[in-house]
Amino acid sequence: MTTDAQALRSTAVPAERRVRIRQVSGAGAMTLGGAAGGALALTWLLYERILAASGVLGFWLSWYVIFLLMYAAMAAMQWDKLAVRDRVASVALAGAGVLTCAIVFDQVGFSLARGLAAVTHVSFFTHTLANAGPLSPMADGGVLGAMVGTLEEIGLATLFSVPLGITAAIFLVEVGGAWARPVRTLVEAMTALPDIIAGLFVLAFAILTLGLQHCALAASLALAVTMMPIVARGSETVIRLVPGMLREASYALGSSQWRTVWNVVLPTARSGLSTAVVLGMARGIGETAPVLLTAGYIKGLNFNPVNGWQTSLPMLIFNERQQPDANDLARAFGAGFTLLLLVLVLFTIARLLGGNKPGELSRRSRRRIARETVRR
Amino acid sequence: MTTESSQPDHDQPRHARPGANGADSPSGPHWPSGWPAGPLAAGQPDGHASSGGAGTGTATVAGPETSMIDYVGASSPHLGSGPLLGLEARNVSAWFGSNKVLDRVSLDMQPGRVTALIGPSGCGKSTFLRILNRMHEMVRGAALAGEVLLADEDIYHPSQRPADVRRRIGMVFQKPNPFPAMSIYDNVASGLKLAGIKVSNKDHVVETSLRRAGLWGEVQRRLRTPGGALSGGQQQRLCIARSLAISPSVLLMDEPCSALDPTSTRRIEETITELQNQVTIVIVTHNMQQAQRVSKYCAFFLAAEGTPGHIVESGPTEKVFDDPVDPRTADYVHGRFG
Repeated sequence: MTTDAQALRSTAVPAERRVRIRQVSGAGAMTLGGAAGGALALTWLLYERILAASGVLGFWLSWYVIFLLMYAAMAAMQWDKLAVRDRVASVALAGAGVLTCAIVFDQVGFSLARGLAAVTHVSFFTHTLANAGPLSPMADGGVLGAMVGTLEEIGLATLFSVPLGITAAIFLVEVGGAWARPVRTLVEAMTALPDIIAGLFVLAFAILTLGLQHCALAASLALAVTMMPIVARGSETVIRLVPGMLREASYALGSSQWRTVWNVVLPTARSGLSTAVVLGMARGIGETAPVLLTAGYIKGLNFNPVNGWQTSLPMLIFNERQQPDANDLARAFGAGFTLLLLVLVLFTIARLLGGNKPGELSRRSRRRIARETVRR
Repeated sequence: MTTESSQPDHDQPRHARPGANGADSPSGPHWPSGWPAGPLAAGQPDGHASSGGAGTGTATVAGPETSMIDYVGASSPHLGSGPLLGLEARNVSAWFGSNKVLDRVSLDMQPGRVTALIGPSGCGKSTFLRILNRMHEMVRGAALAGEVLLADEDIYHPSQRPADVRRRIGMVFQKPNPFPAMSIYDNVASGLKLAGIKVSNKDHVVETSLRRAGLWGEVQRRLRTPGGALSGGQQQRLCIARSLAISPSVLLMDEPCSALDPTSTRRIEETITELQNQVTIVIVTHNMQQAQRVSKYCAFFLAAEGTPGHIVESGPTEKVFDDPVDPRTADYVHGRFG
C-alpha cells in the first residue's frame, strides 16, 4: 500500500518549484518611478519657473529631498506605517550608496576624460618628462620617472611602517599595561598630524642633521611617519577582535605569549591586517607635501632610492598643473588616472596576500581539496 | 569523606606574578610583563619538554618504519601519552581582587581516574579547574593560596614555568575553540608548535591524537579543510585531539559538552571513557547523569550566599550519588535545588 503510494508519488509529482522570496511588485516599482519622476518635475518647476535658485548641486539635493518626501507620501497611501518606514529607509540608504559609487566613478571618470589625450599614448607610460619642453607634443613626455618614484617610495614606506605599525598594535592589545595609554594617545595624535610636518621632520632630522641625501629613502621615511599611525590603529582594531578564547586555548597548550601572538593571533587577524595595510598605503601614496620636501622633483628617471632627487606621481601632477600648456594639463590628469590605477593594483595585491577571512576557503583551495579527496 | 580542613598556614594570597603567562624564565632576565621575551622562551623548548616526560616521547613511539595503516589506534594504552600522574590540591583558596571565591579546597585526583566536579553555577568549580593548570593567574586581579601537587611537585613553586605546567596539564574549554586560521591537521599539530615540541613524525602524532579523540574516521579525508567547518561536537573533539597531541599527563575539561547536542555529548563521553586509563581526567559538569556515567570520583562544590565556594563532599561517584553524607549533596544530586 505504502510502497504503491510512494511509487505513484515518485512518478506523478512534477518537478518542485522553488518559492521566490523576493519579488519586485509592479506597484512597488511604479511607486518608486512615480516618486522619482514627480520629484524631478517639481524640482524643475521650482528651479526654473518659481524660485530664483540655480546650481546643479542644489538642484539634485532638492530633488533627492522631494523624492524621499513624495515616496513616503505615496507609500503611506498604500501600506501600513511599519512598511512605509522600512521602504523609505531602504530607499534613502540605497540612494546614499548610489551617491558614494557615483562620486568614485566621477573622480575616476573625470581624470580619465581630462587625461584621455595623454593616457592613450603608450609613450606616456614609457617616457619621462626629460625631453618634453613647453609646447612639445603629447607623444613626447610621460610619467615613467614618476611611477618609478612612487613605487619605490611607497614600497620602502610600507616596508618601514607596516612592521612598526603592527608591532605597536600588538603592544597596545597584547601587552597593554601602564604604557599602553600614552602610546595610544600618541598614535591617535599622529593620525591627525599634518603631512607637511612629517616632511619637515624628516627634512630637519634626517637630511639637515644626519646628512641624508634628498632621495626616495628620505621621502619614504616621511611617508612612513604618516602611514604608521593608520596601520597601527587599523591593526589594533582587528587584533582586538581576535576572540580571547583562542589566546586561552593557546596558553593552555603551553605556549608563550610570543608564540601565541605569532601563531594564533596574527594568522587569525590576517585578512583584517591586510585591510589596515591597504588603508596605510592609500594614505601614503597620494601624499604630496612630504615628498615635496624630501625627494623633490626632477624631469628625468632616477632608479636609485638612496641618491638624488626623484619625482613621484603627486609631485608630477602638482608641477604639470602649474604649466600653461593644455598638453601639460592633460598629462597632469593622465598622471592622476595612473595613480588611481596604481592604487587599484596595490590594493589587489594586498587583498590577495591578505587572503580570505580565517576559516573561509578560496575557490582555488576548495578545488585543490576536492582533487586531493578524489585522489585518496 | 568530607575534605574540608582548616590549616591556617597557606592562607596568604599568592598574587599572579608579572610574567605569569608563559614567556617568563626564572633564571633569565625578568621582563616586566613576559613580553617580549619571545626569543628566550622560543629557544629552549627541548630541555624543558623532557623534564615532564611529555612531548618528545611522542615522537619516539613510532619509528619511520611504522606504517600508518597498521596502527591500531587508542586500544593500546599509554601510546603517545605522558606518564600517568595524579594531581592533588591542598588547601587551595582563590581571590578575584578582594573577593574570595574558593575557600581551602583540598582534593586528591588520582592517576587514571576520572574525577567530576559538580555543583551549582558560581560555586568556584571552573576557578578551581583553572587553578589546576595555572590558567587562573591569567585573569587580572586573580590570586590564590595553597598548593597543587602534580606527582608531589608543587606546580606553583617558583621554579615551575607556567608554560611547562600547562604542557603537562592540558585543558578543554566549554566552547569549542579550534584555531580558525588553521586546517584540521594544523589545529592538532598546533599544540606541538605552540609548546615548542619538535617531533620527527608529525603525521603520526596527528593521526594518533585524532584517533584517541575519536575523530579520525570522520576527518581523515579532509585534514586540510579548516577546523571551523566542522560541527560543534567535532570541533570539541578536535580540541581534545589538540590537547592530546602534546601528551599531557592530566586533562582538565570545563563543561566540555554544555554547548553540544546529545549525540555529540555521547561521543565525547565515549572518548573520555577510552582515555581514562591513559590520562588523568578532571571534568566539570552540570549534568548529573554525565557525572555518574563518566566519573569514578566526584566532588560537590557549593557556595552559600555571599561566602566563597568549598567542597561539601567528595568521594567515589556511587557513594556521592547513592549514599551522600551531607543532606545538601543529596538535595543537589537529586535535583531538589541548583
